[in-house]
Amino acid sequence: MGNKASSRLQRRWNFWGYLFILPNFLGFVAFMLVPIIMALVFSFTNYDIISRMDFIGIENYINLFQDDQFIVSLLNTLWYSVLTVPIGVVLALLLAVMFNRQIRGIAIFRTFVFIPVITSMVAVSLVWSMLYEDNSGLLNIVLNSLGLPSVHWLTDTNLAMISIAIMSIWKGLGYNMTIFLAGLQGVPGELYEAATIDGANSPQKFWHITVPMIGPTTYFVSLMALIGSLQTFDQINIMTQGGPVDATKTLSFYLYQYGFSYYKMGYACAAAYVLFLLVFVVSMIQNISSKKWADLT
Amino acid sequence: MAQIHTVHKKKSAGFIVRRVLLYLLLIIIAVVMLVPFLWMVSTSLKEQYDAVKIPPVWVPIPPRWQNYVDLFTQQPMLQFMLNTIKIVFFVVLGQLFFSSLAAYSFARIKFQGRTVMFFFYIATLMVPGQVTMIPTYLMFAKVGFTDTHWALILPAFFSAFGVFLLRQFFMSLPKELEEAAEIDGCNPFTTYWRIMLPLIVPAMLTLGVFTLMNTWNDYMGPLIYLSTPEKYTMTLGIAYFKGIYTTQWNLVMAGSVLSVIPILIAYLCAQKYFVEGIAFSGVKG
Repeated sequence: MGNKASSRLQRRWNFWGYLFILPNFLGFVAFMLVPIIMALVFSFTNYDIISRMDFIGIENYINLFQDDQFIVSLLNTLWYSVLTVPIGVVLALLLAVMFNRQIRGIAIFRTFVFIPVITSMVAVSLVWSMLYEDNSGLLNIVLNSLGLPSVHWLTDTNLAMISIAIMSIWKGLGYNMTIFLAGLQGVPGELYEAATIDGANSPQKFWHITVPMIGPTTYFVSLMALIGSLQTFDQINIMTQGGPVDATKTLSFYLYQYGFSYYKMGYACAAAYVLFLLVFVVSMIQNISSKKWADLT
Repeated sequence: MAQIHTVHKKKSAGFIVRRVLLYLLLIIIAVVMLVPFLWMVSTSLKEQYDAVKIPPVWVPIPPRWQNYVDLFTQQPMLQFMLNTIKIVFFVVLGQLFFSSLAAYSFARIKFQGRTVMFFFYIATLMVPGQVTMIPTYLMFAKVGFTDTHWALILPAFFSAFGVFLLRQFFMSLPKELEEAAEIDGCNPFTTYWRIMLPLIVPAMLTLGVFTLMNTWNDYMGPLIYLSTPEKYTMTLGIAYFKGIYTTQWNLVMAGSVLSVIPILIAYLCAQKYFVEGIAFSGVKG
């Protein structure tokens, strides 16, 4: 009897549960699961929309790694990550610590740091393209007025990626800072009070309380920043189109070109899966190392 | 006694010096953060050649408002705005509805297979958009939805992030509410719609503004799908201005200002929810 009632209850739960999920799940299947599988299938074909769709095994993947442009894009992407992630995360943490105190007018300064976050990467890239102009750009005008020579921000092959990285750090600071601020709320104030009584100074408190206490937040912020940096596209497409001489060509830009300029869809899907694998490996490494780190502390 | 007094005084002098240094640092940060925006506004009000003049024109006097008028008369700027508003409106509404339904189910209805399904949702949070981009494009091309706003609206209804965010909030509500509703004769849908949904309004606002910001600022989606300028969104529109007004920074910047102002106003009105959305995207780990 009781069994029957509970199975009737389970049926009722199933009915309503599936009914509620259904619309979302259909969309999830159509725009997430199916495309993920289709991309994998396409990556083993020479699909180009117009004529062909033959299975060619792992040829796309072999061709990718024999293409100098792809290798350059891969290295550029990693270089961009190296440039943006550590500096971006450390600066955001320092800002969060600075902003995490009750002094007059602090809220307005926090808002200023947040404005680039809500602005589109397109608008930000357009202004910075202008700031970075060789002759009339504000940055070079300021440098010249200080008696320094002009810098070829976006036209020097060695500098272009660094310039884009500087802009991207500037834009992302407020985002990372906000997550750090949320993390800092979780650090008990008594720890700082106890340290103050023991005569600790600010840098000591930062290193011995703040840094260990917000370890998980730091890992998370770094992971998100790293995953984001591997997918950089908007600023590249607006500011440099991958130039000068492929110096700023990223993986995303590369696969966008192959997919939507050359219509080599199969090949572009293979590139997308390499990107996916990269993101996956990075997440796993971070995950394992963060567990190790948590065990140590 | 006197000694204590001097010690105290010394401390407060040091305190003042530190405060002054702190504010100085804050002002430097503010300048670094704001100068690009001020330069954007200033350039948008300049004559074409003043925009690239050396030494620079810091403040254009008189301001050339005509730049803004030109965008509306020479370019479909108004259309860009309406397109963006339309897309954002449908995406936010659709995402709130579909996400909250699924989130409620995941949080409160003990149907079979719930854990497995939820695991799939969470797992896809890690998949880069570039992976699904090409197959989704090809699907829309098959049904003739490329170069329509539907290609941007439909997929955005379904977000694993939205489901995850709202689920957390539903889980925090007390169970007694539903039991009482059930006794009063509510079915699960009326319970969800009349009792639970009003209670998670703050979470809905958080997801709403987060979605609004991401949709408003999206570039890659419109870039891939839209080819007719009359269908462009604001972000795609201003990127397109850069192409056609190669040397006319004043017009490009006027367009940029117009694209930033609405989202800035939204932010100033709902600052709390913007910040919560960002902070939440940071705790999902």
